Amino acid sequence: MINDTITSKSSRNMGDYLNPLVRSIKPSGIRKFFDLVSGSKDIITLGVGEPDFCTPWHVREACVYSLERGKTKYTSNAGMPELREAIGQYLDDSFQVTYDPDKEILVTVGGSEAIDLALRALVCPGDEILVPEPCYISYSPIISIGGGVPVGIETFAKDEFKLTPEALQAAITPKSKLLVLCYPSNPTGGIMTYEDWLPIAKIVEDNDLIVISDEIYAELTYDQKHVSFASLPGMKDRTVLVSGFSKAFAMTGWRMGYACAHPDLIAAMLKIHQYTVMCAPIMGQVAALEALKNGKEEKEHMVESYNMRRRLVVKGFREIGLECHEPQGAFYAFPSIQSTGLTSEQFAERLLYEAKVAAVPGDVFGQGGEGFIRCSYATSVAQLTEAIERMGKLVTKIKQEM
Amino acid sequence: MKELSELSLNILKLLKEDARRSPDLLATMLGVEESAVQTAINEMEADHVIVKYATVVNWSKVDEEKVTALIEVQITPERERGFEGIAERIYLFPQVKSVYLMSGAYDLLVEVEGKNLREVANFVSDKLSPIQSVLSTKTHFILKKYKQDGIIFEEREDDQRLVISP
Repeated sequence: MINDTITSKSSRNMGDYLNPLVRSIKPSGIRKFFDLVSGSKDIITLGVGEPDFCTPWHVREACVYSLERGKTKYTSNAGMPELREAIGQYLDDSFQVTYDPDKEILVTVGGSEAIDLALRALVCPGDEILVPEPCYISYSPIISIGGGVPVGIETFAKDEFKLTPEALQAAITPKSKLLVLCYPSNPTGGIMTYEDWLPIAKIVEDNDLIVISDEIYAELTYDQKHVSFASLPGMKDRTVLVSGFSKAFAMTGWRMGYACAHPDLIAAMLKIHQYTVMCAPIMGQVAALEALKNGKEEKEHMVESYNMRRRLVVKGFREIGLECHEPQGAFYAFPSIQSTGLTSEQFAERLLYEAKVAAVPGDVFGQGGEGFIRCSYATSVAQLTEAIERMGKLVTKIKQEM
Repeated sequence: MKELSELSLNILKLLKEDARRSPDLLATMLGVEESAVQTAINEMEADHVIVKYATVVNWSKVDEEKVTALIEVQITPERERGFEGIAERIYLFPQVKSVYLMSGAYDLLVEVEGKNLREVANFVSDKLSPIQSVLSTKTHFILKKYKQDGIIFEEREDDQRLVISP
């Protein structure tokens, strides 16, 4: 009897202990491709989803100074009051959205935590969560962990990967509760203008949806200013605005983000936040405050530098025969590789092995991503030029095989 | 002095980073026609706004004996010409690499290069000090160059990013 129990315990698959919702999450396609790339040598990578700039020295220096002064303690759960104040001021100045730093702003561990908090606070089992795709890879898995049902809405290159009111309307059912938006978009570089947003806002209103708007790339738009979904008439109370310091201020490793929303939503998110992480690290908060106070000039310099490289890659892809819509935000181009007759994954693999260039196959970003590859242009001009040249040779070779 | 257009300023910034960038590449990066870039460059070359396309060399990597000194020079300005005449007399020496007119405790800062300490010392005692209007000199030898003209000399492994990230 006893023996039996022991045997059955030791032979038990540890996976059986897992929450089925966690067990059934598919491993990320990016992860798989990462493993493939990590083994390769001498490659140029266009696969990186973060700035190539180091955090500006004045920001790093401010953090070092605060450490010297012994600023190493917890802060208030929602984040240092002066930082929340500065975030509120910044959002008002830059995007004309006004939040009360006391009740409507929460400092988080990266924008990622803010997304997680918002989804955990809002998603109930069975809720349908609308997610325009291709999009950043984290939304659907976190929705699923909460028992929600992610409903992808495909967007298309012909629309510059904008979310259209028709597509949104068609995806709505009585179970629809949340809409998760990410514009400027990772991976497509697509943006939404004020005119693009208006009909979307109407549908949101009519169907009583809540919106989680991930605006982490808000500072990285070219030729026009970003329009925050929360700034649209009547949308502020319906929107959880998520953003952070990673992309605009080249601060990915600091893990500094924030969420802004209706006081009731922030209070709920704050409950989860205080029980899970207590508060965002004080070093990061000090650095973030410095970035907001004195980082404008360097930020603008970085944005201009991305813009130059954006023009370079778009022209480059078009010249080697890849169709490429003009990305107007973030630092990604999303060229089509359909003319090669290969799938995204096949193309990305040949690109890696034959041309020594890494880019992320578009299908990992959900519906509408197949047939495209994501190329980050946050890398040096010399590397970009070389990568496009190598890619061009490969495309020619593939087309000759056809 | 003439005011430069925004395009010209942007071209200068990009050329300062890498002088070998072609007009075609510059035009793409700036979103303008190549001919506009070419015209702007031609104008700046003609106006001597662009003086030269030189190479930044880290001589400490090269096994060649070379010492550089910065010399503070106090002078009496000349009637009519002020500092210009003396500055010219000094900068025409080929071993003089740069000359600045300074505010503060001295007048000219002169960068001198020589094969060794003695050569620089000889320059100071034989050429520089004897100039009539030179009142005094103070020579500082450079031990190491970390950064010059915005360019850091040390090779830094700055890109520590993961090769693929979401």
